[in-house]
Amino acid sequence: MTVAETTVNPAEIAKFEAMAEEWWDPNGKFKPLHMLNPCRLDYITTQIAAEFRRDLATPKPFDGLRILDIGCGGGLLCEPMARLGAEVVGADAAERNIPVARVHAAQSGLDIDYRHTTAEAMAAAGEQFDIVLNMEVVEHVADPLAYLTACQQLLKPGGLHLCSTINRNPKSYVMAIVGAEYVMRWLPKGTHEWSKFITPDELFDLMRQAGLEPVDRKGYVFNPLGWSWSLSDRDLSVNYVTAARKPG
Amino acid sequence: MDADLIIVGGGLNGLTMALAAHAAGLTPMIVDAAPPRPVGDVFDGRSYALALASCRLLDGLDVWEDVVDHAQPILEIKVSDARDGQPPSPMFLHFDHAEIEEGPMGHLVEDRHLRAALETRVTGDGITWERGATVTAQAPGQVTLADGRVLTARVVIGADGRMSGTASRAGIRHTRWSYDQTALVCALEHDLPHHGIAHQLFLPAGPLAILPLTGNRSSIVWTERAEVAKQLQDGPDEAYLDALRPRFGDFLGDIRLVGARHTYPLGLSLAHHFVAPQVALIGDAAHGVHPIAGQGLNAGLRDIAALAEVLADAARRGEDIASPLVLTRYERWRRFDAVSLALATDTFNRLFSNDNSALRMVRDVGLGIVNRLPGLRRGFIREAAGLTGDVPRLMRGEAL
Repeated sequence: MTVAETTVNPAEIAKFEAMAEEWWDPNGKFKPLHMLNPCRLDYITTQIAAEFRRDLATPKPFDGLRILDIGCGGGLLCEPMARLGAEVVGADAAERNIPVARVHAAQSGLDIDYRHTTAEAMAAAGEQFDIVLNMEVVEHVADPLAYLTACQQLLKPGGLHLCSTINRNPKSYVMAIVGAEYVMRWLPKGTHEWSKFITPDELFDLMRQAGLEPVDRKGYVFNPLGWSWSLSDRDLSVNYVTAARKPG
Repeated sequence: MDADLIIVGGGLNGLTMALAAHAAGLTPMIVDAAPPRPVGDVFDGRSYALALASCRLLDGLDVWEDVVDHAQPILEIKVSDARDGQPPSPMFLHFDHAEIEEGPMGHLVEDRHLRAALETRVTGDGITWERGATVTAQAPGQVTLADGRVLTARVVIGADGRMSGTASRAGIRHTRWSYDQTALVCALEHDLPHHGIAHQLFLPAGPLAILPLTGNRSSIVWTERAEVAKQLQDGPDEAYLDALRPRFGDFLGDIRLVGARHTYPLGLSLAHHFVAPQVALIGDAAHGVHPIAGQGLNAGLRDIAALAEVLADAARRGEDIASPLVLTRYERWRRFDAVSLALATDTFNRLFSNDNSALRMVRDVGLGIVNRLPGLRRGFIREAAGLTGDVPRLMRGEAL
């Protein structure tokens, strides 16, 4: 199966390919992602630690866990997971991201298996993981249900699916598209299509249809005074992140 | 890699940084230019006013238990405006720790007790401590010692004081300014008890702080014009005490010197950056303040608590602790506080170190107003205790 035959929208891939080399520049185009990353990692690490009973204060707490990061980009999530001891596969449908991520992992002294592939292709090949990271991807795919079903198939029974995306409401339009793309120029214009955004309830419904059992959801809230992001139990109005379990 | 962190400097900040890093699950190594030196059995006259937040940090690092028996709690602070040979202005400020729930706003600790407790813990934790080792060169993540050895780590931390070599080798410049003032520091024994009260007297030449030590002893920080200070320091003990007595007053009875006398020229210094690639600065290497508010060591300990928290959180997230993304979080957290403290200290000094009658009236009225407003007064007490602003976890009494 080739990439073109999957649910990935080729126009979306081209947009990110253009940005790939800037992944690791903290003050470059991916600055907003670097700013969000500590908050995302806090959620990811605490959810994994709770689900798999690991102590984050110990060295290599994720030893023995196999993690897949879909839409791995330059490796902003893969590298921390590898540093915590996990066996990491980073998959990206944008081919140009793969050498960028590989070069950086080598510079960091980390062993990460980066692949130019898709969730659907890996599921078809029978790959299995303890954890699937699905961050800021679902709003870019052509068929979210088919995509989430592939993610479910990639999990071992009892595995954990962590997924973040952008809510669909007037505020998210203003914040994510007008604010981030046009006013702050954090993201290139055209990065997002508002109509593809998904509400938390819609996402939970899709997950259940895909065979996943949602267990948690939190908002990412930007604090303009501290110029940083934090997690919120109540405010899921723009960016949010969810945890779901594969029964078993 | 020899360690996660190489800490350059084995002073109080360097030792505490090593303990905090160890508590964060990181491997620190201390590179100390000073050769091993015995910690004296005898009081040398040097002591520190540790704010409550600093005591909590030391408690979290299991150091406080060795210090507390030698520490004098500060139960009250009295601030007054005075002229030589005249009674203090009636409009003085009175801060009582009973007004806040957290306990005494601070403790006075002698240098020898604090240093001994830190050294014991550093040794007990098995932290590598290269003594008598001078750094001659530095690159991101490595230092070269005078004996030719090259040590490598993720981050080099400059805890090497006001004239920090770590900062200059990393290309970090400082803005410095000095005052024509010198702090004279000594300890006194007095006939009458101090009841745990700290006094801050504002005299025309500069402030005089009387800080309670254990027993009938007090630590004195006394600011004079540089020329006068030099004469006093070079003169005999009796002339020194004769100059001090009229400023000090007689409320503690007769006074005698204990330990040595010390002098410190007053000045401020501020590093333009607190971080560089794989480098972070703490304590006086980042910011040297006027000792007027006793905030030098407290500010350094706050740097340590903040940096240890930033590094511990990053390590638990799997981030690269040496990444500029991580180190700039520490800089953002601490630099604003440090600049504010430097400016406030400077303003305070200019306002109080003079005998202009208009300014004198302004400050007397100001002191009177603060004293009559309990909310404002509690704010000052909490500030003195180090409990205001974005307080690091170790200074809130929480685990790292």
